[in-house]
Amino acid sequence: MTTDNTIIKVSGLRKSFGSLDVLKGIDTEIKKGEVVVVIGPSGSGKSTFLRCLNRLEEPTDGIIEFDGVNITDKKVNINKHREKMGMVFQQFNLFNNHTILKNITLAPVKLGLMKKDEAEKNAMELLKRVGLEEKAKAYPSQLSGGQKQRVAIVRALAMNPEVMLFDEPTSALDPEMVGEVLEVMKELANSGMTMVVVTHEMGFAREVGTRVVFMDEGVIMEENSPEEFFANPQNPRLRDFLSKVLI
Amino acid sequence: MFNDLKEEFIFCFIEGDRWKWLVDGFFITLQITLYSVLLGIAIGVVVAIVRSTYDNNAGTIRNPVGKAVLKVLNAISKLYLTVIRGTPVVVQLMLMYYVILVSVDSKVLVASLAFGINSGAYVAEIVRSGIMSIDKGQFEAGRSLGLSYTQTMIKIIIPQAFKNVLPTLANEFIVLLKETSVSGYVALEDITKAGDLIRSRTYSAFMPLIAVAIIYLVLVVFFTKLVSILERRLRNSDH
Repeated sequence: MTTDNTIIKVSGLRKSFGSLDVLKGIDTEIKKGEVVVVIGPSGSGKSTFLRCLNRLEEPTDGIIEFDGVNITDKKVNINKHREKMGMVFQQFNLFNNHTILKNITLAPVKLGLMKKDEAEKNAMELLKRVGLEEKAKAYPSQLSGGQKQRVAIVRALAMNPEVMLFDEPTSALDPEMVGEVLEVMKELANSGMTMVVVTHEMGFAREVGTRVVFMDEGVIMEENSPEEFFANPQNPRLRDFLSKVLI
Repeated sequence: MFNDLKEEFIFCFIEGDRWKWLVDGFFITLQITLYSVLLGIAIGVVVAIVRSTYDNNAGTIRNPVGKAVLKVLNAISKLYLTVIRGTPVVVQLMLMYYVILVSVDSKVLVASLAFGINSGAYVAEIVRSGIMSIDKGQFEAGRSLGLSYTQTMIKIIIPQAFKNVLPTLANEFIVLLKETSVSGYVALEDITKAGDLIRSRTYSAFMPLIAVAIIYLVLVVFFTKLVSILERRLRNSDH
């Protein structure tokens, strides 16, 4: 069993797509309040790892414990646990057929967590926090990429999650919009939210991360505090990777 | 010339109150079309969901019972599509009337079932193409929030799919409306049959058949207009 402040425990996680082994045995623990930043070259399995945490990808083998419950167990109702794990996607994935407000209130209302008026009040407060309250009645197609991603973060937050998963949240954004999204994420981290962030933003990893994880070829090659990680990389592959991305 | 037409018109439609045949036929046609459109949509959406659920998720469903049920449903759906799309609607209609539902009295009911079941096969493939046109991310976003497969389908995927395929669906319903003109094969007096009866009674073909053609045309134009209004409404979210 996990200790009190461990929120996610991953043991022996493997994932294969046909004959392609993407994850070859991941073991790690994520504690409450941690901001774990996962970096690595493309194809290293970092996104797959993140998507396995809420079983958007079905793990081939291994155990994922969330709040002390083995969510890879067949008998577990994964939907119940996903309510507590917010996810933010690279392509935002706002519901195109609903207004911004409805995007945010749809799940909490539909799942019976909140009444409609309560959910709308909560949504407006969250929108205000990211400076988008005047967009409540707009549709996703009327928003810029940065605005969409901020709404996507709010949509996940509206469920009052215990942990937030970010899958390359700034990779699809125009450069001038990256800042506004990172700013929201930074505030979120400062408020004590547990976060797992797959990203290429080294500045964010260094500044906001409490732990940085380097993945390559389907395994965790190195993990450390940001200071040690960037100043004193041990693994030759990590050194090679950092020399390419930190110019 | 104009007087001749007028005389023929009076002879064909006014004498013996034959215009009433057209009116009755008109309502029969509308009735069959309406019922079979509704039945077609119901069957089509269900079959489309079964087929796309099987295609997307057969590999990831872990409950063995659920997996087996889905497999059987998918096989039934495929058989249905093959048989219905592989045989003419007139033959299906006659089989329904003379073989399968011999004991049913209501011809309108029999015809609506036959046309509805026929249309369902085409609607199924249209809706399925709509479901496949929706980005996978929409589905994942729904599931990541804790919505179930069904909730995500109903609230997120189907509405967007429906909007995307609306022009094609409208096309299918226009085809269906006109296809009901073969109802006469089971002696159901729809508008086409009514026109034909007038022709056989008066030995005048031009007037009744042109009248029938114009009525279909007006119906289709009216229906097309309705669909374009609906399309404009749904486009709200596209700005």
